[in-house]
Amino acid sequence: MTSIDIKEDSIPAPRSREEKSGRLLDVKDLHVEFHTRDGVVKAVNGVNYSVDAGETLAVLGESGSGKSVTAQAIMGILDMPPGKIPQGEILFRGQDMLKMSNEERRKVRGRKIAMIFQDALSSLNPVLSVGYQLGEMFRVHEGMGRKEAKAKAIELMDRVKIPAARERVNDYPHQFSGGMRQRIMIAMALALEPDLIIADEPTTALDVTVQAQVMDLLAELQREYHMGLILITHDLGVVADVADKIAVMYAGRIVETAPVHELYKRPAHPYTRGLLDSIPRLDQKGHELYAIKGLPPNLLKIPSGCAFNPRCPKAQDICRTEIPALVPVTEQDGASLPGRGSACHFWKETIHG
Amino acid sequence: MPDLTKTSTTDETAAAQDEVVAGSAVSAHASTGKPRSLWGDAWRELRRNPLFVISSVLILLLLLVAAFPGLFTGADPSTGDQAKHFLGKPELSHVFQADWFGYDRTGRSIYSRVVHGARNSILVGLGVTLLVTLFGGLCGMLAGYFGGFWDSLISRLIDVFFGIPFLLGAMVVLNAFTDRTVWVVMGALAFLGWTQIARVMRGAVITTKHADYVMAARALGAGTKRILFRHILPNAVAPVIVVATISLGTYIVAESTLSYLGLGLADDAISWGGDISTATQDIRNNPHTLFFPAGMLSITVLAFIMMGDAVREALDPKLR
Amino acid sequence: MAEPTKASKPSGTDEPVIITPNVSEVETVEAATAEEAVAAIEAPVERGEPILQVRNLVKHFPLTQGILIKKQVGAVKAVDGISFDLYQGETLGIVGESGCGKSTVAKLLMTLERATAGEVFYKGQDITKLSGRALKAVRRNIQMVFQDPYTSLNPRMTVGDIIGEPYEIHPEVAPKGSRRQKVQDLLDVVGLNPEYINRYPHQFSGGQRQRIGIARGLALNPEIIICDEPVSALDVSVQAQVINLMEKLQDEFNLSYLFIAHDLSIVRHISDRVGVMYLGKMAEIGSDEQIYDHPTHPYTQALLSAVPVPDPVAREGRERIILTGDVPSPANPPSGCRFRTRCWKAEDKCAKETPLLAIPERFIGQDTPAAHESACHFAEEKDVVHAA
Repeated sequence: MTSIDIKEDSIPAPRSREEKSGRLLDVKDLHVEFHTRDGVVKAVNGVNYSVDAGETLAVLGESGSGKSVTAQAIMGILDMPPGKIPQGEILFRGQDMLKMSNEERRKVRGRKIAMIFQDALSSLNPVLSVGYQLGEMFRVHEGMGRKEAKAKAIELMDRVKIPAARERVNDYPHQFSGGMRQRIMIAMALALEPDLIIADEPTTALDVTVQAQVMDLLAELQREYHMGLILITHDLGVVADVADKIAVMYAGRIVETAPVHELYKRPAHPYTRGLLDSIPRLDQKGHELYAIKGLPPNLLKIPSGCAFNPRCPKAQDICRTEIPALVPVTEQDGASLPGRGSACHFWKETIHG
Repeated sequence: MPDLTKTSTTDETAAAQDEVVAGSAVSAHASTGKPRSLWGDAWRELRRNPLFVISSVLILLLLLVAAFPGLFTGADPSTGDQAKHFLGKPELSHVFQADWFGYDRTGRSIYSRVVHGARNSILVGLGVTLLVTLFGGLCGMLAGYFGGFWDSLISRLIDVFFGIPFLLGAMVVLNAFTDRTVWVVMGALAFLGWTQIARVMRGAVITTKHADYVMAARALGAGTKRILFRHILPNAVAPVIVVATISLGTYIVAESTLSYLGLGLADDAISWGGDISTATQDIRNNPHTLFFPAGMLSITVLAFIMMGDAVREALDPKLR
Repeated sequence: MAEPTKASKPSGTDEPVIITPNVSEVETVEAATAEEAVAAIEAPVERGEPILQVRNLVKHFPLTQGILIKKQVGAVKAVDGISFDLYQGETLGIVGESGCGKSTVAKLLMTLERATAGEVFYKGQDITKLSGRALKAVRRNIQMVFQDPYTSLNPRMTVGDIIGEPYEIHPEVAPKGSRRQKVQDLLDVVGLNPEYINRYPHQFSGGQRQRIGIARGLALNPEIIICDEPVSALDVSVQAQVINLMEKLQDEFNLSYLFIAHDLSIVRHISDRVGVMYLGKMAEIGSDEQIYDHPTHPYTQALLSAVPVPDPVAREGRERIILTGDVPSPANPPSGCRFRTRCWKAEDKCAKETPLLAIPERFIGQDTPAAHESACHFAEEKDVVHAA
């Protein structure tokens, strides 16, 4: 990688049209481990993904798959120690964020990349009004005055469709419902018009009817601002609604990547297939559910070879010894399937057979 | 690489550890070996903590001194030979001899007095802690578990007692007694001190009471006794143990302070506080008369506080 | 409107009594003594008979003020008059959003909370009025599986003690010498290694812990298991394992499940009948096909249409109803129909008259799946689940 001279000017210049397009984020061979008294927890083991402006990448995985840890590493909010990034690059517009100074990193965070968390109540300060907290972004980052910042806060609250924003700007977080709080979190993330938003399980804590409202809002704002969006979730249903492409994670690795329609139609990894088969359908009554046997992997002792092999119905000897690389998936006749990849020794059998 | 087994009292580490658990999420123990109880885990954790090792060695030594002072010195602590030893300076090379720490103004061996004084201090500390834990714990448990009227009553009572300054209250109470034995001092301190434990216990019981496993036990038809002693108490007792260990040191200090003021143990009792009081008369010329009893007092208190700290770290659910 | 027949005595609230004409008559058992009550509780029930009959169940949590003497200043109407039957060997799903009172229903049925009004008949015995020995006998037959496998097991007890505790509380079920074997058998039944008996809960993963919770629920051979969100805390791949286990156990032991969940897909999968709750009231109840394929209550329709479906193709053809606003506070619910503040069909009538849970007039006598109980003045069939 050619090193890019990082000077004042490369940080947050007022953005132009061109800057709003193209490759935003490139994660390359990222590893994250945690050193605990029980041993080394290998949370992320070589993750590669990228997001373009205006694109939604869904990172799908169960607990312990490393999906949230990857996001925390990107945001630079990983607790180090015990966390450690022994290897990898996180390129934001071509610059490796892992090599930046803390100050440079801080400027990227919030201004260029913002994050939305699952639990909005604990992410907001309970003793400050939401208007103050929203305004703080402008006061700190853009040096606005109190009045101006408040006006901006009201504007933002309108943007995320909080009814009666002007009257509610001085309310405290606990006075809002769960859905409204999540909107405030979104408003906060949007405040400085970042290029990329990382949403970690943004609707998991919400009820279905509210979930739909919040996801719609997020998708709409993303289109409007032409942002990149990384949506981290365990919910295959939520992903189907909004994502452009999906990366499925298991035991700290990406096991499959695909455009959203393709993945559901023809999964190319036995884990993805198992997940899809194991969720009951709303529109039809099935018989017995397919269940992936066994337990999620212990990250202290990830199985050798393919981490999924102890639970996989297709596992052969090679799966127990060789870690499968994420290889491009093609049609039976060899025609390429853009954006598709699978980390399975038997992807051909899985997708075609 | 930072070693997490190293102890640290900051919340940051606790949070970081939480993060690890969240990060790995899948239980690290899912498929590993033998039964591991939480108490067992806490014990393993304690043994690895140097703070705990040092403080427990100190405390064991102090208990031994308190129980068998004769093992450490043969000198009589109560009567001195004024002619021979009046204000003799310490002879630090005479380890375990009567003149090791020197003599006080009535010619009594300070070493002997320090050794014999340990019993009263430790007796008061242990006794008050025991009384306070039993009574305060019981009150806290009743208030927390039954709630309603009992809770209101006990909580208001706790508030009233909290309004009384601990030492001032003890002085007033003890002033009413002429024969201030160890038991009287113990009773007075316990009378004023039970509220802290009661509060901690009440809070812990209220938290535990709403735990799902308590509800599960109720759903099975378990009686109050079973729920309280099998489910709530074992899960609520940890913070009480921590507070009790740390406050043990403070009760020893309180006893000494009262003795210093002449309101603690009767004048003829041997007590560090009393000796410190006597020593202040000679502090300019004979600082050793102050130094040794005060030093012992500080070491004892420190040992219990260190122990309490180590126990807190081991039992802290955030570290589990 | 169908002529309502009173299913039971009016409950002592000022709220209009909710009358459910379509639930079968309750056969009450008049037991003079605790012995008779216990005998009645222990009598077997045929498959196809209602084993549990809930009538106008109400739970208001008082909101109080004051330090020593508490004054009631209001009430959270968590459950406000619901009625349903649970049949032997069936699964009744209860769905609804948070705050709709579904978990309170579970606690009321477990008599973990005392009902403010209304009755729960178990084999003809009103369990809300029982106490002492008779209540303990009921508890043997109605067990519960909790939502969070991380908090529902006492961390200081071994797995053997946790699963064996029911036998200590009800020693008549298993003599002392046989208990260890019984616990090991139970571990085996739920798919865990019986050698794990001496381990502690934190040594297991979430799915394994939920299996321990299920084993504890099975220990006393209950007839009814109330499952409060039993899989919502589990990973997707583990959820299926636990659901399959629960279905297997139901067949094996002829259990009746009351399955409370917010995940509509899972509820459809496991349930024979489904009830939809909103703000403490039952909005609609019927067979799974009636509710999912032929919903007539606007809330059910909105709820179903909001569920994300893991199939982008099916998704695109579906109609979506996005509700505005949030669920109102149960401390101050809207008058009349509780859903009217978010309903697109609401008219003046909805604010004035509380709709009854009954087969809507227009469908009465028709042989259509839409003819099921729905508490809406303007009930209308609408398929929101299938692609148009």
